[in-house]
Amino acid sequence: MKLIRLVPDNTKFRFMAYRRITFSGSLTLLVASIMLFFMLGLNQGIDFQGGTLFQLQNKAGPADLARIRQSLGTLGLGDVQVQNFGEPDQVLIRIERQPGGDAGQEEAEKKVRDVFGDTVVYERVEVVGPRVSGELARAGTISVVASLLAVLVYIWFRFEWQFAAGAVAALIHDVLLTIGMFSLVRLEFNLSSIAAILTIVGYSLNDTVVVYDRIRENLRKYKKMPIGQIIDDSVNQTLSRTTLTSVTTLIALIALYVFGGEIIRSFTFAMIFGVVVGTYSSIFIAAPILIFLNLRPGADADEPAEAAQTA
Amino acid sequence: MLYFARWKVVLISLVVLAGFLFTLPNFFSEDTLKSWPRWLPRNHLVLGLDLQGGAYLLYEVDRTKFVEQRLLTLKGDIRNALRRTRPRIDLTRAPQVLPDNTGVRVRLQNAADMEEAKKRVQPLLNPMSTGVLGGFGGQPIEEFDLVDINPTSFKLVFSEEGLAERIRGIVAQSIEVIRRRVDELGVTEPSIQRQGDDRILIEAPGVNPERLEEIIGKTAKLTFHLLCEQMTVTQARATAPPPGCVIVEPYTKNDDPELIQETPMLSGDDLDDAQPGFDQQTNEPLVTFRFKLGGATKFGQITQENVNRRFAIVLDNKVISAPVIREPILGGSGQISGNFTVESANDLSVLLRAGALPAELKRLHKSSVGPGLGADSVAAGRTASIIALLAVLVFMVGAYAIFGVFANVALLANVVLVFGALSALQATLTLPGIAGIVLTIGMAVDANVLIFERIREEARLGRSPLNAIDAGFARALTTILDANITTFIAAVILFSLGSGPIKGFAVTLAIGIFTTIFTAFTFSRLLIALWVRWRRPSALQI
Repeated sequence: MKLIRLVPDNTKFRFMAYRRITFSGSLTLLVASIMLFFMLGLNQGIDFQGGTLFQLQNKAGPADLARIRQSLGTLGLGDVQVQNFGEPDQVLIRIERQPGGDAGQEEAEKKVRDVFGDTVVYERVEVVGPRVSGELARAGTISVVASLLAVLVYIWFRFEWQFAAGAVAALIHDVLLTIGMFSLVRLEFNLSSIAAILTIVGYSLNDTVVVYDRIRENLRKYKKMPIGQIIDDSVNQTLSRTTLTSVTTLIALIALYVFGGEIIRSFTFAMIFGVVVGTYSSIFIAAPILIFLNLRPGADADEPAEAAQTA
Repeated sequence: MLYFARWKVVLISLVVLAGFLFTLPNFFSEDTLKSWPRWLPRNHLVLGLDLQGGAYLLYEVDRTKFVEQRLLTLKGDIRNALRRTRPRIDLTRAPQVLPDNTGVRVRLQNAADMEEAKKRVQPLLNPMSTGVLGGFGGQPIEEFDLVDINPTSFKLVFSEEGLAERIRGIVAQSIEVIRRRVDELGVTEPSIQRQGDDRILIEAPGVNPERLEEIIGKTAKLTFHLLCEQMTVTQARATAPPPGCVIVEPYTKNDDPELIQETPMLSGDDLDDAQPGFDQQTNEPLVTFRFKLGGATKFGQITQENVNRRFAIVLDNKVISAPVIREPILGGSGQISGNFTVESANDLSVLLRAGALPAELKRLHKSSVGPGLGADSVAAGRTASIIALLAVLVFMVGAYAIFGVFANVALLANVVLVFGALSALQATLTLPGIAGIVLTIGMAVDANVLIFERIREEARLGRSPLNAIDAGFARALTTILDANITTFIAAVILFSLGSGPIKGFAVTLAIGIFTTIFTAFTFSRLLIALWVRWRRPSALQI
């Protein structure tokens, strides 16, 4: 039978030749992400900002969002966001953190319940007080930084320092671009978004390690080959595997996105974005950066390729 | 790498079989499971709150309020010890709570009384049983320290350890009270745990979250006071309440406030039982209670001395009702009436039976999911997982032909093992956890892909099928380990970070990594080895 071949055998793309273009492209995206983050900020959920979240099902049918917004507006609760959540009879209400500490949040919850009474089913209610939200925000940031450090140590341990630096650079690239995406798309950024980021770190690293592994193997085999060509060959050799794994992971994630329900949709979307970015960074950031870091000094990186090896 | 000693084959098969057996109970109801033979596993998966419905509540002891209360009590105790005990020690003014609420200051009239005063105050320092910080054979921790200010004045301040120890004790006691209350609600397997020094975490599956909160949040301190009948409430508000009297607001909005004696005669601790009931004449819901022996005697005494006077029943510093004592109540029982619904009468009885919380609790974090949403999430998760699995299975056969089939069998074994492990370990499955399983399905393929790509390369280089397969497995091993360990690091960090749902994700991800490595290196390998031995292919189609 004719097998599915996403990548033909013996590809010889000259990835490294394009590295200046891809680097500048990535750099632009990175700067754009950082700027978006500082200018637009993130659409923070109540996990990090504190506040109250209601997911209600309007018993009578599709919900009248305008009327809901109006009645909630009279309660004097500050910033109140009302939107549909999946079905037309599902309403998501987010109320910003109230002054008055934890007691203030209880007050706000009671007021909202008084407004709706029995006309809705309270599918989900979440209240995060100011203290817990601060703790979660701190824990979230620390965990991302900690994971990057752990990765640095682990790769340094298994490979040489240039690999570790390259891996971390690629990961920082992935994390920053993901944050930029959250900022641009105004996707809700909460605890599960941090979970998505950490998973992206794990997955992207997965990819990067496979390429590095092959680079290390080729470095040992071809001691005279210029570094640029080694990296090119290694990437080409692992290309088939990389695309296939990305495709299967994406298939699974897309199924999850479409059928998994509204609640994890933003998490799944972030993961899909992460898989794409992670694959890109393994090939176009993690690999070529080794050239810049002088992994094999001396030989010019761009010497024309020798005749294809058949070891 | 293709040679498998017989015992290894048996072991691998047993592991997969065990996984299958552990997963099996999930397809049958609880009742059916009870009739199974004892040696078969019968545990269902534990569903998280976001899949079962239920409540997640995080409370913290209100330290400020506790400190205020405690110092008021200390103030009264000091005053009694010095002024009311013979011979009386005179003070220039009443003992005073320090402005920063760190302690109480005592000012003596005569410096000569200092030694005697200190002796009397000594027991109030309240040595507590040796706490964690006491060490081996250590000194008991004292709640307060005595600090000299000048020859006629000293103060009692909270010792740091003492306060910490007290709060720890309060948390332990509150957990007990909450447990009793939650048990009355009939919640199956609630989890009530201490978190940190002063927090309590309650996770109750399958319960109405609102009801749970009403039961837990109330301090439910019940006290009985005589009324101060020297002046009316309006007069007291205009001038000042008489000494020893205090105004309390009504529990129900439109009732009257009352002026009561500050010191209660009896409290909820003196109660033996409380039950909901109905008024004989009006049929209104009320709560009947019964005192323990000591309380009953005291109640009889007080009602005998105070016929025709009113007394107030106060709940959490608000007066519920203030009936007249028509005759001495010697039987030690009575009733509380006042604007109850059937449910609120029932709730109050539950609270009184379980006991009052030793201190007020602040709610820090709440996450509640209704059962409807929980069921929806389970359905969505199930659909997504099945579709993802099917899609990947089809794709693998399309990409790798017969090897794809082997990878698929290994993938199915993988999924069975993940569910089996979750059921056996009674780890909690949450909605993000289901996402973790789907992710594992996508990534598990990676291990096999790495191996097959290697095999493909080795075959292209001219190796015989057997050698190519052998080399493929050998070379891919370190890469697979490296790649999966890195994801594992992320999972471990995630586990330490998150609350319930995220923890569930980290756990399934971690379990998925182990099962993936296992199935890729044993199950896949075994299947391929058996196939090679059976078919002896001369060329590999891969």
